[in-house]
Amino acid sequence: MQPFSYMRAGTVDDALAALSQDARILAGGTTLYDLMKLGVEAPQRVVDIARLPLRDIRLEDNVLVLGAGVRMSAAAEHPDVGSSAPALSEALWRAASQQLRNMAALGGNLLQRTRCSYFRHGAPYACNKREPGSGCAAQDGLSRHHALLGGSEHCIAAYPGDFAVALAAFDAEVEITGPSGARLMPLVDLHREPGSEPQRDTNLRPTELITAIRVPLVRAARASTYHKIRDRESYAFALVSAAVGLEVEGSIVVDARVALGGVATRPWRSREAEQVLIGRSFSEGRAREAGIAAFSSARPTGHNAFKIELGARAVTDALMIASTRS
Amino acid sequence: MNREDDSVAWPLLTRREALIGAGLGVGTAMFHLHLEPAAAQPSAGPSVRFDDQVGVSFTTNGRELDAVVDPRTSLLDHLREAQGLFGTKKGCDHGQCGACTVHLDGERVAACLTPVVQCAGRTVETVESLERDGELHVMQQAFIDHDALQCGYCTPGQIMAAIACVREGHAGSRDEIREYMSGNLCRCGAYENIVSAIEAARSKMEA
Repeated sequence: MQPFSYMRAGTVDDALAALSQDARILAGGTTLYDLMKLGVEAPQRVVDIARLPLRDIRLEDNVLVLGAGVRMSAAAEHPDVGSSAPALSEALWRAASQQLRNMAALGGNLLQRTRCSYFRHGAPYACNKREPGSGCAAQDGLSRHHALLGGSEHCIAAYPGDFAVALAAFDAEVEITGPSGARLMPLVDLHREPGSEPQRDTNLRPTELITAIRVPLVRAARASTYHKIRDRESYAFALVSAAVGLEVEGSIVVDARVALGGVATRPWRSREAEQVLIGRSFSEGRAREAGIAAFSSARPTGHNAFKIELGARAVTDALMIASTRS
Repeated sequence: MNREDDSVAWPLLTRREALIGAGLGVGTAMFHLHLEPAAAQPSAGPSVRFDDQVGVSFTTNGRELDAVVDPRTSLLDHLREAQGLFGTKKGCDHGQCGACTVHLDGERVAACLTPVVQCAGRTVETVESLERDGELHVMQQAFIDHDALQCGYCTPGQIMAAIACVREGHAGSRDEIREYMSGNLCRCGAYENIVSAIEAARSKMEA
């Protein structure tokens, strides 16, 4: 690991001042420190924000507010999270292991970098995200875990997280603080598609810090689930996952939320699937139709075409689970 | 070299606030009154100081220690190489296998992904802390009784994770144990017996 110099921030202001001096943020350490060990990340300066007072979980009117420093395990088990948005709780406890959930902070979890092997393990393989302009070894390589949605000729690395996928389904926003004050950003705008700049994962500026996550608690969030399909039933990244929520009146769907994980370059809200459902009667056939629509624009590579059918079924099953909760 | 013991002992008190307080020559009462508004006033000027060597004080297995560390050092390497506690094992060194599981302030974490600088002011417990007066912890004894190991390399991590699993209330059924112990890999495949050991120890721990 490259040597670096370290500062522990006592306040948000201290952290912002450190960021203005080219520091990288260390929270739980589960991504940055891991990638530093691999040599993928080599910051000269690191600012540790683990002691900042960002660990509140509270309800403001009908908005769930989660501090960016809340640990994944604490959020997963918080009664307000489980009862008001089961998809969020499930996305959290179905991610990682309890050890890592005890360490990882929610803000850092959103910014988790891809698990693309070519990105993580480096030479002799090309990776535009790790080394811009070097190429993308995944395009013709082992692409079983790569994205079918949102990719470009420069990068098809999948966004690996679960929690952000559930947040994308429910119009969550992130509270961001920077040198010019605080701002709110829709979660779906936080992550970038690779386009021609795969090295830029997010629209967060280097001088900014995520301080909280805000989730409007619509009815569809209460009747929601996070359905995660994996090679191994626990402690594995998603082959495909679906965060869904439903609000049904009589037999008519008045609100539907569908977001996909494991198959896209960023948390992927599927308006196509939602449009199939909204305003129409709910049935298993309709759920299947929505699942197929979710993958209508999928562009598979050598080893991941199976996820089009697997994903359609995952969305269908998730909708059936959510329908029992609405 | 910078000793950060102040911020360890007084997590609400930053160096900036301490310096401001000292500079103004305010008394203790004034000083505490100053704390709340200070956090909300960026104009007070933040303190930024990066260090290549960092002083940390923390407790391992009941023993307090002061150390000066390179910030790259993981808790795992510090336990094994600076403290001579070899019970905590290095498997993958990337948070994937669970062999390095220890308790930090009572919660299980992967020591390999915990920079030791983040342990400042906190309490670490390793597998060496479990035996008391020559008596094994009931979880250790249960692993022996249920033959819950073969080569034994993953066992310290399994045992530390298992104790936390029970304390968290995540050992209610065999399925729940499997879910909440999934972060600990056993390449000998002793999983069935590990689950049995945890079930048995749970009954004794909760008795």
